Amino acid sequence: MDAPIHNLKKRLVREARTDFPILHTTVNGRDLVFLDSAASSQKPRAVIDCINTYYREQNANVHRGVYSLSQTATQLFEDSREKVKDFISAKHSREVIFVRGATEGINLVAQSFGGKFFKPGGEIILSQLEHHSNIVPWQMIAEEKGMKIRVVPINSKGELMMDALEDMLSEKVQMIALNHISNALGTINPVKEISALARRYDIPVLIDGAQATSHGEVNVQELGVDFYVFSGHKMFGPTGIGVLWGKEKWLEAMPPWQGGGEMIETVSFEKTTFNELPFKFEAGTPNIAGSIALGAAIDYIGQFDMLEIVKYERELLKYATEKLKEIPGLRIYGEAAEKASVISFLIENTHPYDLGILLDKMGIAVRTGHHCTQPLMDFLGIPGTVRASMALYNDQNDIDRLVDGLVKARQMLT
Amino acid sequence: MRCCLDERKDVIRRILVGTFKWSNKDKFMETIEQIQDEIIEDFSLFDDWMQKYEYIIELGKSLPLIEEEYKKDEFLIRGCQSRVWMRAERKGDRMFFKADSDAIITKGLIALLIKVLSGHTAQDIAQADLYFIDRIGLREHLSLTRSNGLASMVQQMKRSTTLVYSGKQEEN
Repeated sequence: MDAPIHNLKKRLVREARTDFPILHTTVNGRDLVFLDSAASSQKPRAVIDCINTYYREQNANVHRGVYSLSQTATQLFEDSREKVKDFISAKHSREVIFVRGATEGINLVAQSFGGKFFKPGGEIILSQLEHHSNIVPWQMIAEEKGMKIRVVPINSKGELMMDALEDMLSEKVQMIALNHISNALGTINPVKEISALARRYDIPVLIDGAQATSHGEVNVQELGVDFYVFSGHKMFGPTGIGVLWGKEKWLEAMPPWQGGGEMIETVSFEKTTFNELPFKFEAGTPNIAGSIALGAAIDYIGQFDMLEIVKYERELLKYATEKLKEIPGLRIYGEAAEKASVISFLIENTHPYDLGILLDKMGIAVRTGHHCTQPLMDFLGIPGTVRASMALYNDQNDIDRLVDGLVKARQMLT
Repeated sequence: MRCCLDERKDVIRRILVGTFKWSNKDKFMETIEQIQDEIIEDFSLFDDWMQKYEYIIELGKSLPLIEEEYKKDEFLIRGCQSRVWMRAERKGDRMFFKADSDAIITKGLIALLIKVLSGHTAQDIAQADLYFIDRIGLREHLSLTRSNGLASMVQQMKRSTTLVYSGKQEEN
């Protein structure tokens, strides 16, 4: 009977909606229905207040001043790193590097790790599901090094074909970089299984967790990966802050990526020595407010039971899927058995852009287009989709409004 | 309510018929400003966003704007979300445009742009201040975001006019 006791301390997920001021505003004269959390989530009062308090009462540069304010700011900044460490169950907080977002994290690894360890003739494995952020940085380094990009195909449900991935593995492969959850289709990839396969050949694995961190537990040690990146703004935190987590052995071996203040130990014109982890990778004054507010976002998520978030969003996804399927001519793209609360769809004889414009007029925010996954859209043979993505603050009313809106838009367009 | 909507649609249809007759004329008496003012007046008849967009959609549906053979990449103006194909043609001292899009609202907006600019001289087109977009409440479509490429469409119309006149592009 131990388990329920900790649940008692947690808040109920359905209470979350009241924490987000923007969800109680109107757009085009209608109550806002926000269904684009996969692009960027909304922010709870706790995060907004944290940023406000920081600039009003705590602002100073970190790791420099001897005065109290600077020490307070430094303490809050480093506390936040500690929170991130706990949040993803990392071994050490020095493995947590603050970056601008998942994109910067991937670029850092591609340039620094790739620059040092990638060899000509080698291969990098990506998948058909990847966001441009997890394609382009690898293409850039692959071109520089004379390497080949190989792409894991997906099946008709939008799931990675694990057999094909296994066949691609060899001594030639120098990196596997995949997303944890597909931003376009919602597929949850079997990361643990993939890293177990990769270990047979000692291939490092980088996971783009941008879509994952607010929708389920992430334990980097259990996942068995080498690098994990994510963005603050997709998990109720501010924009411009994200995290690169890497195994200490790699981060120690990797050269600094950007030079500047903070990342040095001593500087002379003859020779500069570099600071230790994590500062080696954090050149210049960091996004202090953003880092601290990311900590507030982690605290916010921590008020809820992660398993309940998963369950809540799964039920919402099920409800939305059933309701949307009742609309004539609507086709859902991505029907993976393991799927996050993201639904991509098209309605026969309508263009996603037209649907998006008309839904906006009804106060409903969805994403339309290729979702920065052009290779995936090409593979599916479509120019783009309408995507409704949900977070813990959405409810059945949002889905009902979406469905009503789509029925109306469809009438107008066909 | 239903009858009001039908009446409304009838007005829209009549406006559309007017559009067709109008764009088939060889000579244009109206200035770009006059045409814009007419559009602004047409739009003032609508009570809400739905009627406005129904009209734009009707415009988009009813106008076959470009021949299939020109729906090629060389005529494509890239927007992130909808594709637009456009062709500029010079007849005498006047420019004529044809365009199309895979998204019907974009197509309707293009129809409006063509109504305003097509058939005018290069100088008038280059100097045109397209205030009607703002006045009919469609400014959001002109934003320079990764949306429908309408802003790049206006740019392209002006640019191709300049190109055709300076002889850098064949009359096509």
